[in-house]
Amino acid sequence: MTDQLAGTGTLLRLALRRDRVMMPVWTLLTTLLVVSMPGALGSVYATAAERARAAASMNANSSMRALYGPVFGDSLGALTAWRGGVYAAVLAAVMSLVVVVRHTREEEESGRQELLSAAMVGRRAPLTSALLAALVADAAVALLVAGGLAGQGVRGALALGLAVAGTGLLFACTAAVAAQLTESARAAKGIAAAVLGAAFVLKAAGDAGTGGGRSALTWASPLGWVENVRAFAAERWWVLLLFVGAVAVQAGAAYVLAGRRDLGMSFLPSRPGPAEGRLGTAGALALRLQRGSVLGWSAGFLVAGVVFGGMADGAADLVGDNDRTREIIERMGGQGGPGVLTDAFLATMAGMFGMVAALYAVSAVLRLSGEESGQRAEPLLANAVGRLRWAGGHLAVAFGGSALILLLAGLGLGLGHGRGLGAAIGATLAQLPAVWLIGALAALLYGAVPQYAAAAWAVAGGVLALGWIGPALNLPQAVLNLSPFAHLPRLPGAQALDWAPPTVLTALAVALTAAGLGALRRRDMIA
Amino acid sequence: MTKAISVAGLHKAFGRTRALDGLDLSVATGEVHGFLGPNGAGKSTTIRVLLGLLRADSGTAELLGGDPWADAVSLHRRIAYVPGDVTLWRDLSGGEVIDLYGRLRGGLDRTRRAELVERFELDPTKKGRTYSKGNRQKVALVAAFASDAELFVLDEPTSGLDPLMEEVFQTCVTEVRAAGRTVLLSSHLLSEVETLCDRVSIVRKGRTVETGTLAELRHLTRTSISAELAGPPNGLAQLPGVHDVEVQGLKVRLQADTDKLDAVLRSLTASGVRSLTSTPPTLEELFLRHYAEEASR
Repeated sequence: MTDQLAGTGTLLRLALRRDRVMMPVWTLLTTLLVVSMPGALGSVYATAAERARAAASMNANSSMRALYGPVFGDSLGALTAWRGGVYAAVLAAVMSLVVVVRHTREEEESGRQELLSAAMVGRRAPLTSALLAALVADAAVALLVAGGLAGQGVRGALALGLAVAGTGLLFACTAAVAAQLTESARAAKGIAAAVLGAAFVLKAAGDAGTGGGRSALTWASPLGWVENVRAFAAERWWVLLLFVGAVAVQAGAAYVLAGRRDLGMSFLPSRPGPAEGRLGTAGALALRLQRGSVLGWSAGFLVAGVVFGGMADGAADLVGDNDRTREIIERMGGQGGPGVLTDAFLATMAGMFGMVAALYAVSAVLRLSGEESGQRAEPLLANAVGRLRWAGGHLAVAFGGSALILLLAGLGLGLGHGRGLGAAIGATLAQLPAVWLIGALAALLYGAVPQYAAAAWAVAGGVLALGWIGPALNLPQAVLNLSPFAHLPRLPGAQALDWAPPTVLTALAVALTAAGLGALRRRDMIA
Repeated sequence: MTKAISVAGLHKAFGRTRALDGLDLSVATGEVHGFLGPNGAGKSTTIRVLLGLLRADSGTAELLGGDPWADAVSLHRRIAYVPGDVTLWRDLSGGEVIDLYGRLRGGLDRTRRAELVERFELDPTKKGRTYSKGNRQKVALVAAFASDAELFVLDEPTSGLDPLMEEVFQTCVTEVRAAGRTVLLSSHLLSEVETLCDRVSIVRKGRTVETGTLAELRHLTRTSISAELAGPPNGLAQLPGVHDVEVQGLKVRLQADTDKLDAVLRSLTASGVRSLTSTPPTLEELFLRHYAEEASR
């Protein structure tokens, strides 16, 4: 047995060393999400009476229950657990599943594990060290959450920290099983993430139908367990045992599966592809390479659109009785008038979709960078393919894909809301000039200074942060105006459309893209 | 004789590193030209310039009568390229990549493609991520040799291939040469170069240090001689062009510059020769001399 675990400690140190940036950043983000909550909520709901009223209306509103779950108390701690608990658990789960797949299947797929396993490394050491790495990160989350929220009550803080970390560890084990099943790391992450998505949908469906987290569907989901621990509201400690059980069962399954297969092999064989191909142009290749990502984003935006559209009326009712929230929403979404809150909510959602779509645009444009540094562009361009044609294919997918996912988000908003389909689609498509501008900036960076192309992520992230929390922080308008999204018309609900800003943004996007392509044509392919 | 490639005084710097420092290369149409040199000598950089992926800082390069940078796309219709480290798209099958490259080059010969897939024993249905190193090379080799290219640019194309496949590769090169095509073959496998190449250029530190046929290059180098003499050797070590003399009683081993052989033999026969072995320089030695000079500087 000890032979089987030989080298676990060394592998664990290697894993922690390789994740020394990603793991702390992710851990802190997860922690901050909940730890910053009491302050934020306290400024919106200052008094116990306000909190009690808010809790009551949240619990009465099925779309809010679907999104955040039931509220179990009116203390700031209980509201924090309600608002942030499940989402922190989702973040911890994503981190954990990425860590585990990264240090198991990805190592095998790349061939690095072969080299390590030829050394003094036991058969069970790679899986064990990956799970321990996830455990280290999740334990850090538990400690930081418990410490950060201790002011709201030590017992509740500990319960919430353990529930969040438990979810992380549970999905680490899900990923450990998935990593035994598939030959590719990407597919293993996909399986584990799909289980996480299904868990969220189960919980949301259960909570939407039944209050108090009592639905069988909610209990079937590990994310439902997070809320049912009832942190800061007469904690139910035994619920944590469910996490322990699920971790034990899945980890056991992963070890059994790992023991029955050879290095690099899997239980789900990878399907063979066609012996002859139909791809014949660089553009078709670009579309083929980005197909999966376009489909994924499309499905996500459509579903999210339906969910947020369904919440529109309920959200408007909710903020109706809170002056501060209403003020924030109005700052983001427009002024006065009857029914304006629903419009303001939809406009805010459309803006959110736009800012997230900018992340898609950046990822799609930077495929070019990945193709070049992955040395796949070089042999491709050694064929009769011009650089402009090659880059143009990927840019067309990026800009066209941005339009498609925004269209679907609008469609979802309209369908979920049940009326105003055209206005909803118009509202999301109105985001397009700003999305394109950020995509075009990525294209320019890639064309002109390819080694710094990743800076486009920082721009898209900065714009997102500015739009998301800027209004709530009362930042001056001049700062908010740095984001291209600040210059777009507020739709639906704008009185008179000013076409000038979208036209200017689109023209700028065209100019930046052209400049990027021009630079690409003149420079060395650095490979 | 027309030139498929003619490069003169090529310079290329990456920051402070001078990758090419006045490199010359001349490849005649219809020949198989070996392109040799230690790692980092500038072989791949030269090939990238020829493919229009890099722009040279100075010097001239002409490829099939065109400018490799300005006429890249139209020239690439007539060129097939195999890199030394083929990377494939994870989710595309080998067959899809072969056909994509074929179409992007303006079509490929279906029967020849099928025949090559068979000869290289390649499974074209596997996905890119599941191929081994050798099999990724095969994908690129099938795509190249199934094309109707006039010029084959091969940058260490057989890395990772087993000896049987290496032989298939050599047959393919022989076939395209017989069809009048030109091949630029960068390689570290000296037996491969010796078997296939009509002429050879050796580069070091971004410059061409030798170029010519193998026979010409041999002439410039040393012959190893070991002899058993009747009497003690006399003044051998003082002769010009004689190196590494080892004397053990009446047995002598030495290296002689090939163009000074005459004087060496005269000196040996003066002492009386009982037996004599003379070995012409192998390509290996030719190389090691150049590589070793690199290391000793």
